[in-house]
Amino acid sequence: MRRCLDYLAKVWALVHKEMLTLVKDPANRTLLIVPALMQALLYGYGATYDLTNVPYAVLDQSRGAASTELLARLDGTGVFHRVATLTSSGQLAGVIDRSEALVVISIPSDFEERVAAGQQAPLQVILDGRNSSTAGSAASYVSSIVASYNQSLGNVSSIAVVSRSWFNPNLESRWNMMPGLIASLSLIQTLMLAALSVAREREQGTFDQLLVTPFTPLQILIGKAVPSILVGLLQSTIIFLIILFWFKIPMNGSVWLLYLALFTFTTASVGIGLSISAVALNMQQAMLYTFMLIMPFMLLSGLLTPVRNMPEALQMLTYANPLRFGIDTVRRIYLEGAGLGDIAFNFIPLLAVAIITLPLAAWLFRNRLA
Amino acid sequence: MNETPTVVVQNLCKAFVGPDGKRFAAIDHVSMAVRAGELTALVGPDGAGKTTLIRMMAGLLKPDSGSLQVLGIDVAAHPQSVQDRISYMPQRFGLYEDLSVQENLDLYADLHGVPQEQRHERFTRMLDMTDLARFTERPAGKLSGGMKQKLGLACTLVRSPDLLILDEPSVGVDPLSRRDLWKIVQQLVDEEQLSVIVSTAYMDEAERCGRVVVFNHGRLLADGSPGTLRQRARGMTYTASPPQGTPARELQARLIDRPDLIIDAVPRGGNVRFIRRAEEDEPRLKDVLRDAPYEPRPEELEDAFMMLLRQQEGEKGATKPSGEAPSIAVNGRQDQPVIVVRDLVRKFGDFTAVASTSFEVIRGEIFGLLGPNGAGKTTTFRMLCGLLPATSGYLEVAGRNLRTARAEARGRIGYVSQKFALYGNLSVRENLEFFGGAYGLRGQTLKERIAASLEQFDLDPSAQSGILPPGYKQRLAMATGLLHQPDILFLDEPTSGIDPLARRAFWRTITALAKGGVTIVITTHFMEEAEYCDRIAIQDAGKMLALGTPQQVREQTAASGAQDMNSAFIAIVEQGRAQREIAANSI
Repeated sequence: MRRCLDYLAKVWALVHKEMLTLVKDPANRTLLIVPALMQALLYGYGATYDLTNVPYAVLDQSRGAASTELLARLDGTGVFHRVATLTSSGQLAGVIDRSEALVVISIPSDFEERVAAGQQAPLQVILDGRNSSTAGSAASYVSSIVASYNQSLGNVSSIAVVSRSWFNPNLESRWNMMPGLIASLSLIQTLMLAALSVAREREQGTFDQLLVTPFTPLQILIGKAVPSILVGLLQSTIIFLIILFWFKIPMNGSVWLLYLALFTFTTASVGIGLSISAVALNMQQAMLYTFMLIMPFMLLSGLLTPVRNMPEALQMLTYANPLRFGIDTVRRIYLEGAGLGDIAFNFIPLLAVAIITLPLAAWLFRNRLA
Repeated sequence: MNETPTVVVQNLCKAFVGPDGKRFAAIDHVSMAVRAGELTALVGPDGAGKTTLIRMMAGLLKPDSGSLQVLGIDVAAHPQSVQDRISYMPQRFGLYEDLSVQENLDLYADLHGVPQEQRHERFTRMLDMTDLARFTERPAGKLSGGMKQKLGLACTLVRSPDLLILDEPSVGVDPLSRRDLWKIVQQLVDEEQLSVIVSTAYMDEAERCGRVVVFNHGRLLADGSPGTLRQRARGMTYTASPPQGTPARELQARLIDRPDLIIDAVPRGGNVRFIRRAEEDEPRLKDVLRDAPYEPRPEELEDAFMMLLRQQEGEKGATKPSGEAPSIAVNGRQDQPVIVVRDLVRKFGDFTAVASTSFEVIRGEIFGLLGPNGAGKTTTFRMLCGLLPATSGYLEVAGRNLRTARAEARGRIGYVSQKFALYGNLSVRENLEFFGGAYGLRGQTLKERIAASLEQFDLDPSAQSGILPPGYKQRLAMATGLLHQPDILFLDEPTSGIDPLARRAFWRTITALAKGGVTIVITTHFMEEAEYCDRIAIQDAGKMLALGTPQQVREQTAASGAQDMNSAFIAIVEQGRAQREIAANSI
């Protein structure tokens, strides 16, 4: 009992010191809160694929009732805004080239007659493919408007697609993006903090002073890991609260499970950060290594592009990426309300990373060759 | 030419904002003139203002007020035209570590626009003087500290300047390299009638100069030839011999504890050299010296220097006697070895940093590890502290085998590193609390120990550690190292970068600790500090060259006529190197 208490007291001394050095620096204090807050808001408002404003131009050579009705439906969406009404096909290329319009709808002169006769009436939609995903969404938007117009004309096609999207009924990309941020934004900070923690001490010479104390590598590891994990969880919490109360995205899962997942994820990130830190000779190196890792972590995480779209070899690589499973787990708990049973597999790669990197870091503290 | 002074300083002032936010005068109303064709030394402890003055002369800093003329040019107005004619070597010279010796020379020649046809002759001369001709292909980063400094000097001198300014060229350089460096400078003065201004903290270096200017706290204290400065101490300098069986440092401690009678005292050659206050009478002096006989000795520049420093600082009682030995419970017998080293080896790849070294350190002993740069003393030291695992051999510290009980052994030692290695943004108390906790102290015990050590080292608990003056930083480092009452205290070059008065105070504490039974292992660059040690070890190229009391080590080189520790050290290292060469040639 006494020995156990002695052990804990020692670890506490180290954790306490780490927290003090973290909080005492005013620059550090702002770093703990402000970037998380700012980035959550920036991503929430800035990073979206949703179409809310599509400038379009029209070349209406038919000028009949059918074309007017169709265009009125388009304008009625509130998404499409007509920026130009063209008079000749020669003007067509200009509006797209100058990015004045994302879409040009060209209605041929025989449109009215064909619709009236019940024939197939071609409608040309020209898209600015320089931004493929927005153009794609705009095209599908136009198609669905045309389809509903078709229906109103009584041209019922034999198969009608009725889709309902679960977990995100309006398919808002913010819903997809934001829960992922709970993991990804805190990863950057946690990794950086952990990577600098030992490198800073090495650079300032305090690490030797630490190594001559009777601390065992395990105690140093715990002392170094706990503050970084706490900071990571703090950041996740800030983002979580913003998503829940500011952006009002409903949380379907258990908060406890969310935090269990976040804890596992943050521990794995801290393990990677501390390993970087133990290898780096100085803070500059630690920063470099961290930045070198953050980019692939983000790209291979599935935050922006689905993992299953990647080549097979890269998909294998993502198993070493804690962010992939961090984002997936958080999203599923948050949006799906997934239970522990549903996401249990995700914990395996996360724990594997933690189990390899943490002891590696502890070993490197003392055995890194000078 | 010789009549016009190279540098004329008039009423010069420069102030900075210190780390604590207060303004302080780095140069405070200084007036002086430097004669041409002469070697002029700026001496003074760290922070005296030497570097500030030198940087102003080189046109790198603008004075706040006063005038400064170099080679007849107003530096503040035309820094570039001064820089075109002088060569300046800063304390940390910017060598490109990945470039070879030759490439560094080429680069500096390019930077200074030295014409191609002059280069060959100049390079040959520089390489010859610095003895670096053999190493032209070696990357600068792979040179020893002394060689780097010589290369720095060579790069500074790629062109022939009208004035050479060197800022502490011998800092962190061992006695051998120091001697070589000065040989080069002397040669330049003799052969080229070059004007040289050099700043230094070493008195033996100042003694070689034609002119010595003493600074402290930004003020000019004295200015003159070494001979005239020495006069100030005339008639006040003595040597006392300690009675049989008493270490010289204990007599020294007794003397330095009486600032009312004694201006300064240092152990030297088994005796104690001291400066008495002129106004005090004989009987009181006899009273302090008791059974130690004493006799007058010729005064030296260092005596005058110490007197000047004390005069400026002594009034406010800079070194208050650090009291009696701290109460440290000593367990075990007095003559037991607390450090046992047998056949210790450390290799880095193919390179053997420490070769089969054996020695023992006895409880309560002050043990000094000396050696030139790169000799393996730092490696040995780091292995003893448990910072570096040994490649092979037996290592026992405080009764614990360092291979099997590392954490336990570490719990019994204290460590004070060369650089300040505590947490700068924590307060004094927070640092002490953390390290106390690290050694398993907590609760009431921790509180009491911290209170005692704040008192003993006269520290302000709420001060931020990082902005303490160097002397106080070191006190904090000592307090931290001693908090858990270790059996052994390891000190790595603890006195580099602190002024002579603080060094006296530091050694006073060490003497007290050793008397209290703490074993001290210390590395130092100041050879005269070996005199405080009971025994010293001199290493070179990983091998133990000498081991014994300072007296024995000096006697080992008696044949070569070495008088002081510095020349004894040089003689021993050179003997060792000569023997190695013979051995290498015979294979």
